[in-house]
Amino acid sequence: MAAVATCGTGAGSAGSMAAATSSSDVTSFQRKGPRASGTDSGVPRLVSIAGTRPSVRNGQLLVSTGLPALDQLLGGGLAVGTVLLIEEDKYNIYSPLLFKYFLAEGIINGHTLLVASAKEDPADILQELPAPLLDDNCKKELDEDVYNHKTPESNIKMQVGPVSSSRFGHYYDASKRIPQELIEASKWHGFFLPEKISSTFKVEPCSLTHGYIKLLHFIQNIIYEEGFDGSNPQKKQKNILRIGIQNLGSPLWGDDICCTENCDNSHSLTKFLYVLRGLLRTSLSACIITMPTHLIQNKAIIARVTNLSDTVVGLESFIGSERETNPLYKDYHGLIHIRQIPRLNNLICDESDVKDLAFKLKRKLFTIEWVQDNYLRQERNIYPPGFSYLLKQKDSAWGEGSLQHSTFLMSFLAKATAFASRLVRHGEPLKQTGSGRIHQAAGPRLWHDGRRQEAPGFLGIPP
Amino acid sequence: GKLTLLCDAKTDGSFLVHHFLSFYLKANCKVCFVALIQSFSHYNIVGQKLGVSLTMARERGQLVFLEGLKASVDVFFHAHEEPHPLQFLREANAGNLQPLFEFVREALKPVENGEAAWRCPVLLVDDLSLLLSLGVGAVAVLDFVHYCRATVCWELKGNMVVLVHDSGDAEDEENDILLNGLSHQSHLILRTEGLATGFCRDVHGQLRILWRRPSQPTAQRDRSLTYQYKIQDKSVSFFAKGMSPAVL
Repeated sequence: MAAVATCGTGAGSAGSMAAATSSSDVTSFQRKGPRASGTDSGVPRLVSIAGTRPSVRNGQLLVSTGLPALDQLLGGGLAVGTVLLIEEDKYNIYSPLLFKYFLAEGIINGHTLLVASAKEDPADILQELPAPLLDDNCKKELDEDVYNHKTPESNIKMQVGPVSSSRFGHYYDASKRIPQELIEASKWHGFFLPEKISSTFKVEPCSLTHGYIKLLHFIQNIIYEEGFDGSNPQKKQKNILRIGIQNLGSPLWGDDICCTENCDNSHSLTKFLYVLRGLLRTSLSACIITMPTHLIQNKAIIARVTNLSDTVVGLESFIGSERETNPLYKDYHGLIHIRQIPRLNNLICDESDVKDLAFKLKRKLFTIEWVQDNYLRQERNIYPPGFSYLLKQKDSAWGEGSLQHSTFLMSFLAKATAFASRLVRHGEPLKQTGSGRIHQAAGPRLWHDGRRQEAPGFLGIPP
Repeated sequence: GKLTLLCDAKTDGSFLVHHFLSFYLKANCKVCFVALIQSFSHYNIVGQKLGVSLTMARERGQLVFLEGLKASVDVFFHAHEEPHPLQFLREANAGNLQPLFEFVREALKPVENGEAAWRCPVLLVDDLSLLLSLGVGAVAVLDFVHYCRATVCWELKGNMVVLVHDSGDAEDEENDILLNGLSHQSHLILRTEGLATGFCRDVHGQLRILWRRPSQPTAQRDRSLTYQYKIQDKSVSFFAKGMSPAVL
């Protein structure tokens, strides 16, 4: 059932879209044609939005996070209508990269962007986005598109500009900047807190910080004005809004949960996340938030924030920690933890089996790989569950090389192989005896008169 | 009139909520579902896998659904004259849940015109610990549960099922107060925990069932059972500890 679940409760146009997509496989491997985004109020048309694809598990519409490796770990991509929370690494070096990949992916796919930051001007953030790595065919298309004149009649403005390739996720070159034409061709909205906070704004006091209130109103305004939630009768939008909020929860937003343990309005951030999720669920948007959770003093708030977000990914860089000198990690820059994956429209979720992941940032690519922390972990499938728990404990008597460990191994493996081989032996024939008669199967070696013969060469004179 | 407490620690116990929802709808009970965590379509789609249609139940009047996410956007951006069930989102200091209780009472009120309606009323709350995140104090939530219990369980002879997260080692004091308070009041506690040994593909967690008699003195021992489970696409399979089909 490929229903676009997030818009299920939306207006009629969204409903017809859901009905249309459920009737056949929707793939996004078609460029959005001009007819598809026209006035389709009456006829349910097969609408495919560029840069999205339905999930194989539950038909949920997915967008790419900008990192195909991360997409795979999250079960195909980020679901539309959900929040991706990135717990920043200690010195905030790698999380802005993930943030930028997300936004760059939006530009390449022609999605609308909304960038909110309290630290940097969104225009500057957009200038620093990484350039996409395109193969030659796409590059030619890109050059042609860029020199075309933009047709004025549309809300299809964003389609004319960039690209491109009908792929779901793209690779980016972190050392080069995105071409200026792509940025200009894209549609984006910026929210820079120092600019917005100066104007007076009448709002009744509620326990959200002023910055959060303004940001929520801004987002809601954009969603309504541009028709992402289908409620605006004038605008019928069939595009995704990508929202990026940087350093949420940091003192620059006016929130003091990172400064003290018992703060005055400790519910500001959690309320913000709740209302934001409410906005996202009823619109065609996806959101990435980076949050300096390592600065939050109160662990309870971190747990609450995790419960309030859908997908949570934590980054832990090796800079300054003792792991930097560990020879196992010498190729990598940090660890990446997938802390939570949402269960949407389903009882189960796509959790990957691999839990020890590290990332490295080479000149061009950001790769995520599985790292062997302990060679035993790769043999997890021959150890019984529970044994690895004993091994994980510090200074446990079961560490490798100990007597208990090796005797346990020997007995366990012996039992396992004996059990297996016992199953095999019944079908295994005896050695051929030279005259070519039929092999006798192994088993209780009974002569037809009922006498049991143990050893093959024993000659007994039948009575 | 029973209060069932669903508690999850380090894992997601929402499959129990889906189960109870479909169970009570199939049993022809009138259900008021306060769903704060996910949207209506999520529950609807999972409900269809489990065999009930929430849209049909809502149209028939069997199900009263408060969708927290949508209602919160509504109450936050538009001012209302009459109190909205989620009014506490607009309040600066720790609000109280009186409007929410009024909503529940209104929803489960027995219909006056005498037509053979539904069986006992049921109140389902998905995630009381979310209310703590939204600025309501633990005492206010306990008061709300007490009021609901008095109305739903005692007056209307119905049942209540609530879900609370156990924060474990995250030292969430308010959550611990709430959890302890509810554990003492409830008749049945279903506690889902992740495995102590970590993530396993074949066994998703462990479920502990505890029957209690809160009104009587604890002369008898409360009965408890433990099962391990694996969640599948349309159902959950339970087995005794260590007897997972993957291991045997």
